[in-house]
Amino acid sequence: MNTEKPMLYALSTCSHCKSTKKLLNDCNVEYDYVEVDDLEGEERKAILEDIKALNPRCSFPTIKIKDTVIVGYKEKEIKAALGITE
Amino acid sequence: MNVEQLYQALKKSQEAKGIYFNKDKDLVFELLESLLLNKDRYGYMACPCRLACSDREKDKDIICPCVYREPDLEEFGACYCGLYVSKAVHNNQSRVKYVPERRPPEKIC
Repeated sequence: MNTEKPMLYALSTCSHCKSTKKLLNDCNVEYDYVEVDDLEGEERKAILEDIKALNPRCSFPTIKIKDTVIVGYKEKEIKAALGITE
Repeated sequence: MNVEQLYQALKKSQEAKGIYFNKDKDLVFELLESLLLNKDRYGYMACPCRLACSDREKDKDIICPCVYREPDLEEFGACYCGLYVSKAVHNNQSRVKYVPERRPPEKIC
């Protein structure tokens, strides 16, 4: 079983990233996140490479939930990947 | 300039072009605050929903209003951030669709 936490690649100023965080918080999901606009130098470069591997357009938010990568604030897709049914 | 002043100034200048703020005023104010934050941070109002690189020349396509706003308004009824909407969306004649990123990824640095 894949138990890794969802990973959210975000920007601190992005409205879609904020909505995504709120959704994950509202769903009581434990997740890791990074705000790329707060990073500099090698750390930033390395994270950008990680994001490009998941989402070649390198847009935000990019969310990895288990083996699923979701680009953008797509509530239904995020909930489906989390296994949340309404 | 505070966020209210920015709101009023942009409302006037953009509506003259037939471009409107999103009716979600909370979203609009949140994005305008981010634009002011980016102005402090980078010296220009870089798009809050894109990664700026602190180089005005390299970021010139994403200084708000970005060069992608016009095609996005035309195709999707809103800009990438959702700050601006088209006249048709403003008048409820059409709905906002999901706006995918159209900025070429090689511009990100």
